[in-house]
Amino acid sequence: MTAGPLLSIEGLCVHSATGVAIVEAISLELARGEVLGLIGESGAGKSTIGLAALGHVRGDCRITAGRIVLDGMDLRLQSTEGLRRLRGRRVAYVAQSAAAAFNPALRLIDQICEGPVRHGLMSRREAEARTIDNFRVLGLPDPAHFGRRYAHQVSGGQLQRAMAVMAMSCGPDLLVLDEPTTALDVTTQIDVLAHLKELIAGAGTAALYISHDLAVVAQIADRLLVLRHGRLVETGPTEEILARPQTAYARALVAERTGVALAQPAQTDAASASREASRPATAVPAAILDVQGLAVRYGRQDALSDASFALAPGETLAVIGESGSGKTSLAYAVCGLVPGHAGRVSLGGTPLAPGYADRNREQLRRLQLVFQLPDVALNPRQRIGSLVGRPAQFYFGMRGAALAQRVAELLGLVGLDPALAARRPGELSGGQKQRVCIARALAAEPDVLVCDEVTAALDPLIAEQILQLQRRLQEQLGLAYLFITHDLATVRRIAHRVLVLWRGRVVALGPTGHVLREREHPYVRQLCASEPKMRRGWLEETLARRADPSTV
Amino acid sequence: MAGVTRLIAARVGMGLVTLVVISALLFFATDLLPGDVAAALLGPQATPEALATIRATLSLGDPAGMRYVHWLVGVLHGDFGRSLATGRSVVTVLLPRFANTLALAGLAALVSVPLALGLGLAAAMRPGGRLDRLVSTLCLVTISVPEFFIGYLLILIFSVQLGWLPSLAVLSGGMSFVQRLGAVTLPVITLVLVVLAHMLRMTRAALLSVMAAPYIETALLKGLRRRTVVLRHALPNAAAPIIAVIALNLGYLVVGVVVVEVVFVYPGAGQLMVDAVGKRDLPLVQACGLAFATTYVILNLIADVVAILVNPRLRAA
Amino acid sequence: MSAARGPSPESRPSGASRGWLRFAASGAPLVALILAAAALAPWVAPYGEAQFVGGVWDPPNLQHWLGTDNLGRDMFTRLLFGARNTVTLAALATVLAFGLGVTLGFCAAAVGGWVDALVSRAIEILLSVPVLISALMVLSVLGNSLPVLIATIGLLESTRVYTIARAVARGIVVREFVAAARLRGEGLAWVLVREILPNALAPLAAEGGLRFSFIFLFVASLSFLGLGIQPPAADWGSMVRENAQAINFGLAAPLYPATAIALLTIGVNRLVDHYLAAEARP
Repeated sequence: MTAGPLLSIEGLCVHSATGVAIVEAISLELARGEVLGLIGESGAGKSTIGLAALGHVRGDCRITAGRIVLDGMDLRLQSTEGLRRLRGRRVAYVAQSAAAAFNPALRLIDQICEGPVRHGLMSRREAEARTIDNFRVLGLPDPAHFGRRYAHQVSGGQLQRAMAVMAMSCGPDLLVLDEPTTALDVTTQIDVLAHLKELIAGAGTAALYISHDLAVVAQIADRLLVLRHGRLVETGPTEEILARPQTAYARALVAERTGVALAQPAQTDAASASREASRPATAVPAAILDVQGLAVRYGRQDALSDASFALAPGETLAVIGESGSGKTSLAYAVCGLVPGHAGRVSLGGTPLAPGYADRNREQLRRLQLVFQLPDVALNPRQRIGSLVGRPAQFYFGMRGAALAQRVAELLGLVGLDPALAARRPGELSGGQKQRVCIARALAAEPDVLVCDEVTAALDPLIAEQILQLQRRLQEQLGLAYLFITHDLATVRRIAHRVLVLWRGRVVALGPTGHVLREREHPYVRQLCASEPKMRRGWLEETLARRADPSTV
Repeated sequence: MAGVTRLIAARVGMGLVTLVVISALLFFATDLLPGDVAAALLGPQATPEALATIRATLSLGDPAGMRYVHWLVGVLHGDFGRSLATGRSVVTVLLPRFANTLALAGLAALVSVPLALGLGLAAAMRPGGRLDRLVSTLCLVTISVPEFFIGYLLILIFSVQLGWLPSLAVLSGGMSFVQRLGAVTLPVITLVLVVLAHMLRMTRAALLSVMAAPYIETALLKGLRRRTVVLRHALPNAAAPIIAVIALNLGYLVVGVVVVEVVFVYPGAGQLMVDAVGKRDLPLVQACGLAFATTYVILNLIADVVAILVNPRLRAA
Repeated sequence: MSAARGPSPESRPSGASRGWLRFAASGAPLVALILAAAALAPWVAPYGEAQFVGGVWDPPNLQHWLGTDNLGRDMFTRLLFGARNTVTLAALATVLAFGLGVTLGFCAAAVGGWVDALVSRAIEILLSVPVLISALMVLSVLGNSLPVLIATIGLLESTRVYTIARAVARGIVVREFVAAARLRGEGLAWVLVREILPNALAPLAAEGGLRFSFIFLFVASLSFLGLGIQPPAADWGSMVRENAQAINFGLAAPLYPATAIALLTIGVNRLVDHYLAAEARP
């Protein structure tokens, strides 16, 4: 054991085979027992840095410059055999998707004990005993027999914990955690996060915690390193960055969670209350979209039961729920992508057929859907101009110069340069593509826009811009939005009313401020409480509150 | 295990249905085709008497459905009718020849399957390495080349130039086992080369595809040796696709054997079928076709069943 | 698209592109040469297709570059005309197989439901019989005129193309831009031609090349068995059969047409590999 930092990275540069820079000039230091949070959006290069700490690069990428020193050893100078001996033993990796990281053909216990046994650290029996102990510490059910199962027989949260046990099995000095709770539900996230914190602290292991969620990382990291587009943006102790972010990007990240918008006045309950008040005071305006008793069944499973709501023109209704709550089924059923649904959907007073194939062109035009992933929502072989112009051509018969002008208009409306009409989707960024999707939806001049988690895949700065765009369009064009999301902060920012789904049932429906303040249903309480706050110690508070029966 | 049993039963059922449908198709192939069957078989020079004889032999006067049923019943009793050319019972002609074909194909399979697995594994251990590239090039050449090319090339080298092995695979009753082996060596080698290339490429592709899975990266990052990762982590997951590959290629064997038999004049069912087609000997053609098709269907069935049994998700309900 | 690269921290940088060498190894010149021979045979061939010019199996000399065949015809001429006949037959059968297979496959993938299930089951059963066996059955009854050969091979091979085309289309159909088009109210024709097809061109082109080489080998094999193109028309497969006996005398006569077959197939396969590699490069 040498003195000095456990991990020291200087000037790391990683390039793809085509010469694109994935990561540039990254330097960081990690002391023993310290937890460093690496925060940034997908594509920021966080996983690349995490894997570099193991001397590994994915795909055709290569490390073009820099030093990676782990406990005095320069990883770039090690032989293959040398690296092999370090991996798993001195530094271990916890992948994002535990389901993908475990071999489906082997039992969990075999895969977990394999590491220490093959590294020659202990016998199989000792390894098994240690593993079962760790299962117990992490709160896994039936620890003595849990390991005998296969990966597909175990839930997501349990698998993630098993993965942590596997990583710690050799007692490494450094643990690289790559978005370990991202794929989990908000409520499960808390448990896993707490267990991880305990595990790391208990063994005195240093950790690189990678995530895109600043609030989550804030609960567990001593210091933070903010990344954007492969470059270092800001670094420092966690409290410092939360309280006094220096750069615009860091400020945006902090604001995302506290619900403070960038250029606009604070979107607190007061603002949403004023938005509610700004709507006409007359009794419920004629609903543009009316849904009664909507129910969706897949085989024997009820994905959605008895959902009823109305959407007024110019209004935003947010539908919030976790994965599996039925929110996607709701959106798809309204749009007609799930023909077998029960219940009634009416647009402007006229009932819509359950399947889109049975609806007429006018009905299809007035109800438009914007998808979550702009990459797959646009045909990569068509040009932006054709993509945006097709609805205008299809519904209104526009052609030639008139069509080209309309396309330019629409692109301008969503804040894009009209010259982009000649490009292909592959040449645009994620934010630009999502704007194109919105422009395409607008080309049909719809009454209702159904947005399926449209900002979930975007950088928080970009997501903020999209939300602002949507609000502006709503004011300008009087659009009504049915906004599907899993993120409470987004709901607070843009929704007049909110519908909360839990396991396919509507558990709350009403004005946003009211629902989130009153928290009548226990699930709504849990949802509001599980939203990670940008406050150190929030995790411990929440767990204490959970354990105390008097607060439930 | 109930789920597995049900899956297997369903697959076997599908196989049986397929066989019945194929037998019907093969039988009606003659009927569905335009024109007068008898005239088509005998050609424009046929005399009216010959036409009448053919029609009687094949009972062409009866409705098609009845003829099919008669034929099927006959088949189930082991009676495939009589050869038009020789008048002998089709079964007595076909059976020994089919046995020869199975022997030839079986030997080739015995040699090629272990070779393909071994070489495929070795090549996938170090993708892009020397062995891998050598194997890939050899495969490309062998696949692109027709079976008869390999056959005649081998004959030229080993039979004519070197005189080590006979060029014709003549099997007679009094031959010893070693002599028989000698006679079939060249045909077997030819078949092996043909099928090996296909099998090798697909085995390697299946292994590489498994090697690209995320859990392989995790295993490597745990610091395991590459050999351990391939044998312990990749292979169990590659078992199902590799078995599919083997079954598919045994199918190639069935087809390749026909050409090889003609090249070496080997007394097998392939040679028989080709001759029968040339002579328009319908009952013989139908019987041979059914025999080959059934073998093919059974091989695919076995592959599917084994794949079901090997699937880890179906273990331990 | 990240394959688990080995544990080395640095992967090999891609080699410098030596354009000419790559082009030569790509198979393009070989294929082009043979196609040119096929197209220009009547004008370039030194002798007639069925002309008797010498003794049986004369060795190669200045008048007959590859010697003569089993009936004393010029081997080189026969090869040129053989290219024309064999390649034409294979090409026509490929076009039929492709047209039919792709149309059916795309429709099945786009429409889905019971139509897809029914057609796929039917094709599965047809696939259960090896192509050679089915072809032999049909040819035994219908004879082996050119139209029959093209139709039989084309129809049988279209089942294989169907499987691939359907798989490719299914991969595209699940992408949201297809759903977006359908939600707009676009008809099936638009979805097939404007949404699916442009995204399927690369894999289909590769499959087209491979399918052609399979069909070409198949035609050659059929002719070798005596059931394909009939004499006196020159055809590479039949030429192998006709000259097979020369092997016993240590003469390489049957190897000329056999090698020609091999060269074309290797060339086409290399071309397809080269094309796929170029497509994969970002």
